[in-house]
Amino acid sequence: MSLPPLLAGLQEEIEGHALSYGLDFFRVIFEVLDYRKINHVAAYGGFPTRYPHWRWGMDYEQLQKGYTFGLQRIYEMVINNDPCYAYLLECNADVDQKIVMAHVYAHCDFFKNNAWFSHTNRKMMDEMANHATRVRRYMDRHGVDKVEDFIDTCLSLENLTDPHSLFIVRERPARAREEETRPAVRRLKSKEYMRDYINPPDYIAREEKRLREDAEKRKAFPEEPVRDVLRFLIEHSPLENWQRDILSIVREEAYYFAPQAQTKIMNEGWATYWHSKIMTEKCLTDAEVVDYADHHSGTVAAHPGRLNPYKLGVELFRDIEDRWNRGRFGKEYEECENLAERTAWDRNPGLGREKIFEARRFCNDVTFIDNYLTEEFCRRHKMFVYDFNPKTGLYQITSRSFREVKQKLLFQLTNRGLPFVEVADGNYRNKGELLLRHRYEGVPLRQDYARDTLRNVQKIWHRPVSLATVVEDKPRIISFTGESFEETDVGDQVA
Amino acid sequence: MILRIEQDHHRFKQIIRGKIKQDLRKYISRGELIGRRGKDLISIPLPQISIPHFVHGTRQAGGVGQGDGEPGTILGAAEPENGSGQAGDAPGRHILEVEISLDELAEMLGEELELPRIQPRGKKNIVSEKARYRGIAHSGPEGLRHFRRTYKEMLKRSIANGTYRRSSPGPFIINEDKRYRTWRTTVLPETTAAVIYMMDVSGSMGEEQKEIVRIESFWIDTWLRHHYRGLEIRYVIHDAEAREVDQETFYHTRESGGTVISSAYRLALDITRTDYPPGEWNVYCFHFSDGDNWSQGDTQECVRLLREDLLPGANLFCYGQVESPYGTGQFLVDLKEAFADEERVALSKIENKDAIQQSIREFLGRGR
Repeated sequence: MSLPPLLAGLQEEIEGHALSYGLDFFRVIFEVLDYRKINHVAAYGGFPTRYPHWRWGMDYEQLQKGYTFGLQRIYEMVINNDPCYAYLLECNADVDQKIVMAHVYAHCDFFKNNAWFSHTNRKMMDEMANHATRVRRYMDRHGVDKVEDFIDTCLSLENLTDPHSLFIVRERPARAREEETRPAVRRLKSKEYMRDYINPPDYIAREEKRLREDAEKRKAFPEEPVRDVLRFLIEHSPLENWQRDILSIVREEAYYFAPQAQTKIMNEGWATYWHSKIMTEKCLTDAEVVDYADHHSGTVAAHPGRLNPYKLGVELFRDIEDRWNRGRFGKEYEECENLAERTAWDRNPGLGREKIFEARRFCNDVTFIDNYLTEEFCRRHKMFVYDFNPKTGLYQITSRSFREVKQKLLFQLTNRGLPFVEVADGNYRNKGELLLRHRYEGVPLRQDYARDTLRNVQKIWHRPVSLATVVEDKPRIISFTGESFEETDVGDQVA
Repeated sequence: MILRIEQDHHRFKQIIRGKIKQDLRKYISRGELIGRRGKDLISIPLPQISIPHFVHGTRQAGGVGQGDGEPGTILGAAEPENGSGQAGDAPGRHILEVEISLDELAEMLGEELELPRIQPRGKKNIVSEKARYRGIAHSGPEGLRHFRRTYKEMLKRSIANGTYRRSSPGPFIINEDKRYRTWRTTVLPETTAAVIYMMDVSGSMGEEQKEIVRIESFWIDTWLRHHYRGLEIRYVIHDAEAREVDQETFYHTRESGGTVISSAYRLALDITRTDYPPGEWNVYCFHFSDGDNWSQGDTQECVRLLREDLLPGANLFCYGQVESPYGTGQFLVDLKEAFADEERVALSKIENKDAIQQSIREFLGRGR
């Protein structure tokens, strides 16, 4: 369906502005939908078709109720695809449509250019439809309940992925390993009568034992802990073909969406930065100013005690632009201790625009915050750390120190705020059992969920499964045999 | 068009209601959206199912925020982790639950009690015709000429063949330009139903008994309304004699005096004869009493009335006997004897509120 002439005109205008600012995007196709359809598409994560599953229905109900009672509505939605599809809500005012379009072009630029998106499938629209067809076929063949139950099981594990694995080689190919010769213990050259002195026999024996053990260890399966648990399960679990296929569908979709979770702050910040720039510098008419200001401030509103990714993102991008425009970076600036001089610092190198484009190309949220969150910024935006106080049952502000704010923020963003769980042993206890290990970072797992998730892992692995984690500061192994749970205390050697 | 999402949505609702996939039940949380209706805050129930993942225990996690406050400033209470609600500390906020629609309620009732859908009787449904102007045609009566369309056609034609003059655009209408409104008739099958509630209000029917009747008739209404577009409800009360009343009076009258049930049946018969000829209406009669009729002779009269006059014109006759400390309950026994294998008669004994469910099932479980 083509766009009504008014909107088509707007699109052309805004695309022109976006290009003139140096944004670089896939072709964008806008569709105008009524609220019911837009909720439908939104419930499917932006796609017109997904495989049948109740959780889309759950999201749909929330969107519908939110809309019907006037609590929320979707302004914009855009999917990472080539061409890029974006949706406009039919009943929005023209000024809203303009904001949305400008916002969308920036998102699309981000999708195309940010390094973390470089491995995503740009024909995901088609791929999703294929997934839907495959799952429907399995449902016809094996029954809706059976297939849906299995999907539920897979979804319980969908976050056990390793988005970084797309960019680095985690394991060397098998051949390269075999070529390595097994090293022998090196002996120093010595005269015959000095031999035992220079190369003491007990030392040689110890070394030999160590090498043997190393070699033994190398036979461990998997050799190195595997973070991409889903892939490990796909490759090594005794599944039927349709089950394997569904698990790989779930994994593929999880990997497709992962960069969006990894770059939430940046992506929204970037889009907000550009919609405000394009609107205020180029295409806002006098009559629209008030409405624009109202809606823009709604987008970047800071709710007390909560962090708005739109707000944090856009402010950081502006801060970077300002700092690099005025040369407030580098050794000289960092080491300047004269407050007056520091405040007035302006070397005017004008590198701001260039710098934010660089950040949008290379960073994800973690590196973005790590590189560009400064103490001044933190103070200016009144950032704080809060924590749960078990005595009062309330959340309280605990600190305003820059170091703590940054640390907490980074911790929350690392691995998308999820615990690291990896495959430690695929032949645990030498019985073909599976051992997962939670890399404990000071925050324990939610216990009831951990057990239920473990139960789902067992459904896929079929043999008993165990999880090494830390409960109440003690290393523990929780096992599920298929019938019952057992929890064992372990010494330091395992955890 | 049915959207694909509707199927997913339906499935989700079934899970929430515990119809399918019971093992997901423990993951259901009763969320809510807080909305506003006029001055009041309202709560819109929003059940959610969360699939378990390996996640951090939320309470320990904390986070980063933005805003005023010193270390120690309280931001808010934690959400209870296992839905163990406790009294809120915010005063004066009256939150009203948004009720679910009656249609939804009926659907749940049907699912819960496994009631069959009602089959409206035979071909006695009224077929109504509706005419609507919903099209444009090239010919028609001049009275229905669509001036704007016609004018547009004229403009199009004259622009196309180059005779259009801006200074004098017309009208130079020729026959080919003329457009007329047309109508289409749609045939709507319409099933209509009437319900006659009869209740014994003699001295032996107490408040508790009436409460039972109220609850039961509410559910019956809901179910029938779900199936019939126009539902008419009439109320008859009786002690020694019967009279027709409005709903309010029906539920709240308490009289004393004897019980002559046949008087009510006779009145019901009058109502159906005058207002609901059986050829056009699905008639439902419900009678609630404590089963203590005046005389055996009157009971015989009741049976005769039912068999000969009331039943032939009705879909269903239901008698619910509300237990009361004063009644003998003989009437139910007599009816049972008389209508042992009559399909259109449903009899039920409602001992207390818990028996209402079973009684509804007996009444409506026949799908008539």
